[in-house]
Amino acid sequence: MNTRTANAIIRYSAGMRIKHWVVAISFVLVALSGLALFHPALFWLTNLFGGGPWTRILHPFIGCVMVAVFFLFSATLWRDNYLQDRDWVWLKKIKDVVGNREEHLPDVGRYNAGQKLLFFTIVVCLIALLLSGIVIWRIYFSAFFAISVIRYASLLHAFCGFVLICAIVVHIDAAIWTKGSIRAMTRGWVTPGWAWKHHRAWFREITKGIAQK
Amino acid sequence: MPLQSLDIIRRSATTLPEPEVRRAHTGQVAKLIDTTKCIGCKACQVACMEWNDLRDDIGTCTGHYDNPPDLSEHSWTLMRFMEYENPKGDLEWLIRKDGCMHCEDPGCLKACPSPGAIVQYANGIVDFQEENCIGCGYCVTGCPFDIPRISKKDKKAYKCTLCSDRVAVGLEPACVKACPTGAIVFGTKEDMKQHAEERIEDLKTRGFDQAGLYDPAGVRGTHVMYVLHHADQPALYAGLPDKPKVSSAVRLWKGAAKPLALFAIFATAAVGFLHYIGVGPNETDESDEEAARRELEKTP
Repeated sequence: MNTRTANAIIRYSAGMRIKHWVVAISFVLVALSGLALFHPALFWLTNLFGGGPWTRILHPFIGCVMVAVFFLFSATLWRDNYLQDRDWVWLKKIKDVVGNREEHLPDVGRYNAGQKLLFFTIVVCLIALLLSGIVIWRIYFSAFFAISVIRYASLLHAFCGFVLICAIVVHIDAAIWTKGSIRAMTRGWVTPGWAWKHHRAWFREITKGIAQK
Repeated sequence: MPLQSLDIIRRSATTLPEPEVRRAHTGQVAKLIDTTKCIGCKACQVACMEWNDLRDDIGTCTGHYDNPPDLSEHSWTLMRFMEYENPKGDLEWLIRKDGCMHCEDPGCLKACPSPGAIVQYANGIVDFQEENCIGCGYCVTGCPFDIPRISKKDKKAYKCTLCSDRVAVGLEPACVKACPTGAIVFGTKEDMKQHAEERIEDLKTRGFDQAGLYDPAGVRGTHVMYVLHHADQPALYAGLPDKPKVSSAVRLWKGAAKPLALFAIFATAAVGFLHYIGVGPNETDESDEEAARRELEKTP
């Protein structure tokens, strides 16, 4: 299954894979440094970044890299993530989703409803994190904002960081659970059977041309 | 820390107990600033500079008696001058020595993410330990009195220490020592409250009906207190907050949010793990490949 076959389907181009992993790695760094400053029990994580002051210095810059590359990445994902009628049916059958009974689910396009909701959760969280992060970026920007704005921005930043971390935990769980998807994001291709099983509407759409040849 | 201290009752960002066997059995300390006795000579500012070896930049005249214009990492105390026209039409020159209030419930300490960067001693003094400070500025966010200042040079937070080094060896703070009118006095909090009461009684006989003590309950009292002629209008004194308390946003952020968020993150991961263990991976097998192949052949 790990050898690329002649009929493999390309799911993620090299550019998309690179962008995804730049975002993923910067997310891990920004999450670890953010958690270090969020909860005292995790302050030891600052050692990974060279101590407390370095964690404070690096966290916002890494965050900016994550947001910037994510929005480049999202441009290629945006249209495929619009929610459609069949997505609501899919969500109603969430028990079949988590129970590995995909035969009961409606056909899925390039992304399923869960992936779409995750995508927009990330979009909203990143925008909020960016804006609130600017407000609480003490050395450059905090002087421009009223103290009450800074207080609520701190709370909002922590809340959105928390939602984003939970969302990414679900994302990672799903990737480990659905075999073949990590390969899709590391090497770019999926087998026709994988596309047929998990994203049948997408499979039909992209194979239409091939079959006609 | 420079000195081994066994009398820390509170330490920022710490989930473990502190060495706290030594308590202030003879009472916590307080500094009482009697604004009604202050003549605005700035001796306290000079004494603070001298004792703490601080030299602020020479600024420019802003057309105001306040000099320097604001607290800074080099100016831990500052006389703020206000011209108030009372209802009788008379001018009152209200002067307030601004600086850290040493809250009993310090917002800075609550907000600080760095273990031991902010401590509170048994005697009530709230002190910054700059070697542990990471420069995030959360103390500024937490403080209801707008006191901490982040140095532009080392990005660390500074404020009045209530001369914790002097108090530790039985001396009064430098500003108290220097005050020529006795407007600043120092002692146990109880003694200072009693002294304030006498002052307030005297002020009331002199026509200041609203004279009173500023020891705000919203931060469970402070270890720097004011006697005000107009205790009903603290804002007259260069915006002294009426009912200061640590912002509810900061309380939530640094309170319930911390354990709940960590718990929810671990719970999400645990549910994912148990789901995987329970249901197993979602795999694609040969029958799916076969179905895909058949469908491809079928398509015209």
